[in-house]
Amino acid sequence: MTNYKLSLENISKSFGTLKANDQVTLDVRPGTVHAVLGENGAGKSTLMNILYGLYRPDEGRILVDGQAVAIDSPRAALAAGIGMVHQHFMLVGQLTVTENIVLGMKGQGLKLDLATHVRKISELSQSFGFEIDPEAEVMKLPIGMQQRVEILKLLYHNAEVLILDEPTSVLTPNETGPFFELLERLKSAGKTIIFITHKLDEVMTIADDVTVMQDGKVMASLPKSDTDPANLARIMVGREVLFQVKRSSHASGPVVLRLADVSASNTRGLTALDQVTLEVRAGEVFGIAGVDGNGQAELAETIAGLRPVDSGRIFLSDSDITQTSISDRADKLGIAYVPEDRHRDGIVLDESVAQNMILRTYDRAPFARFGFFNPGAIRDHAERLTSAFNVRMQSVDQEIRFLSGGNQQKVILARELEGEPKVLIVAQPTKGLDVGAIEFVQQQILVQRDRGVAVLYISTELEHLLDVCDRVGVLFSGKLMDTVDSSEATPERVGLLMAGVAA
Amino acid sequence: MERVYRVLFHLRSVWAIIAALAVGSILILAAGSNPIEAYYTLFQGAFFDYWGFASTLVKMCPLLLAGLAVVLPLRAGLFNIGAEGQIYIGALFATVVALYLPGVPGPLHIIMCTLAGALGGALWALIPALLKAYQGINEIIVTLLLNFVALHFVSFMVSGPMMEPGAPYPYSPEIPDTLFLPHVLPRTDAHFGVLVGVVIAIAMYAVFKRGVFGFTLATVGRNPDAARYAGMSVRRHIIVSFLIAGACAGLAGTFEVLGHRYRLFHAFSQGYGYDGIVVAFLAGLSPLFAIFSALFIGGLRSGANMMQRAMGIETTVVEAIQGLVILFVAVSLAFRYKVTEIGKAIARRGELEQALEDKTSDGKE
Repeated sequence: MTNYKLSLENISKSFGTLKANDQVTLDVRPGTVHAVLGENGAGKSTLMNILYGLYRPDEGRILVDGQAVAIDSPRAALAAGIGMVHQHFMLVGQLTVTENIVLGMKGQGLKLDLATHVRKISELSQSFGFEIDPEAEVMKLPIGMQQRVEILKLLYHNAEVLILDEPTSVLTPNETGPFFELLERLKSAGKTIIFITHKLDEVMTIADDVTVMQDGKVMASLPKSDTDPANLARIMVGREVLFQVKRSSHASGPVVLRLADVSASNTRGLTALDQVTLEVRAGEVFGIAGVDGNGQAELAETIAGLRPVDSGRIFLSDSDITQTSISDRADKLGIAYVPEDRHRDGIVLDESVAQNMILRTYDRAPFARFGFFNPGAIRDHAERLTSAFNVRMQSVDQEIRFLSGGNQQKVILARELEGEPKVLIVAQPTKGLDVGAIEFVQQQILVQRDRGVAVLYISTELEHLLDVCDRVGVLFSGKLMDTVDSSEATPERVGLLMAGVAA
Repeated sequence: MERVYRVLFHLRSVWAIIAALAVGSILILAAGSNPIEAYYTLFQGAFFDYWGFASTLVKMCPLLLAGLAVVLPLRAGLFNIGAEGQIYIGALFATVVALYLPGVPGPLHIIMCTLAGALGGALWALIPALLKAYQGINEIIVTLLLNFVALHFVSFMVSGPMMEPGAPYPYSPEIPDTLFLPHVLPRTDAHFGVLVGVVIAIAMYAVFKRGVFGFTLATVGRNPDAARYAGMSVRRHIIVSFLIAGACAGLAGTFEVLGHRYRLFHAFSQGYGYDGIVVAFLAGLSPLFAIFSALFIGGLRSGANMMQRAMGIETTVVEAIQGLVILFVAVSLAFRYKVTEIGKAIARRGELEQALEDKTSDGKE
């Protein structure tokens, strides 16, 4: 018991009705790298923010070196020897490295003796091989070096446990190697590192132990030597199969949607899709599996026309649509798109259900004529669709923000399926929905398939994909690893591909 | 109880005015007069006297149009502090067409002057709109600073190239009398411009209520990501909303020249563009209510003159009262901040900034 550097015991934390952490227990051995693995929203960040004193847990306790400690602020965390490097750095760009590091330090007296600090920081930097000039202005340093400044800051404040939140997400592949070497040096100096990530390969490279979280719970906690990527992938995405969707045998038609060597960048300008080539046939559900953040969102946005391609071409029934605008793709070509982030992209929360139903057809008759709306037609349309999709609400004039997530999703589905689309892109359509709503969404996808629609179904929930899809392709760091027939797709096989291991 | 509260809440502009008048009465007392008598003189003069009401309407015209120039971009969360400058450039364009295009028949010439004025204001507003849409530069600062550029540019024009020969003061020659706007109240200064303002306000209300553009503009403000998904161009809405706003303010300047002063004067606007912000916020950002808030502020201005003449109270007291109105409207935003149109508009601004940071933020390019 006492030989753990840090222990979390039965930590729970709720936000409203959402249990972000549910009885989480975590033991970290001293001088190790302990990876906390999980998808976005699994509760990793909440847990670390509790450890760092930003949130107070509803229950549970934290032990450092076997002693219970109360951590109610980041300062208290640092006093207990726990420091954290956030995904977004907490640095003042205009100040030097040294000024950033001593910023907020207590016991400075009236006069700041910067020269002494510069010398000490320089020594500390050299002892770990940071290669940082203590007098450099922080904003002139590359992002990888800024990250080192953050770590140096913690070391200078005598942190023993370093929490690194997705540290490689800001690094280029070339910076990752040296960064891992740095972590090794820190480890051999006796520091304990908690490494938050959703990337399996990083866990296998750097971690000693790994804890897998899902839906706020710890699914497994084990030494790396006892596991392998496929196993981790299964634990991470594996979910009880709650129901079985009936899938009729299928006869798929001609190729409708074709991507040829499509590359695209994410919002930060880094390559997110790397020469993806795929074909989706009429009457087929093509699944895209993968750990979140491997290019799924960019793939959907690129096909829908929200994100420009860097290279490659997109074809719809042999005509090139690479340069076609979003609204033409939706309206004229029949590419329906159910976006992953409902609240951000799919609906306008301040608008009524009826207005949201015409979000992509608002300027078309009968909804609008001569630049003005026809409320009667809009309302009739909304009432027809909401009753067909059994949307639970008070009236179509109600603001959509007051509907449950499942009912909001039904509104989006109803809207997107209305125009009898040729292609349907659905991204994470079951995220945050209850079982009944999930089943409804999946059935709708199959109805469309049987109608002859080419469906691209993106999900991180492997079981759901395997239930519904005819073929499954796996995205890993922007590349389409392989495509497997769903009859041959086992969780193990897809899991390996998700970890970037080619079959 | 809930309903009573809601009614009281929606009347918050009225409470702000009452509170401002109450505090203003202390100022009048300090000036040595009876506040009740003073306010009676003010409102009697501004609204219940034929000539006084005409004078109220004269002031209402630029206030209303400037107010609309603030209301429209705020629907997408954009602040137009530049109505003042747009008024000046609009007036300049209208005067140029009025003075240097002789021989055009009167009614057609009026229309050309009006269109030129609207164009001038729109072009002046296009500068901040382009900077905002393509470079993400803060439109509040750009519109504000351009006011001074416009003010001094017009001063330069009327004290140099366009100055009336031998004039004692910087102003242009008088425009031909065929261009004088018809009056809406016989034998007074109250000109046709105020009706144009009311018509635009009602049209804007209709577009906000039922128009496709009102919906897309609000959607761009409410959720730029969803707007893009729906095929609406965020940039185009920024630019179009500023063009229309600038045209409204340009008309305010135009009508000052064609309907009221018949010349382009140096520094003629006296802050109508800034008062337009008061009009907009007092109206709770509704184009329809802007008619009434412009009427009220116009009435305060014209009544102040009466009050000064009748009772010797300085008009600066009324300026202070107007300042207090703004203060109390701002205070009223603290109550249930999130549900007001103004609160929503401020929230939209933040969203829009976010969307502009994403370089791929535009749908139709």
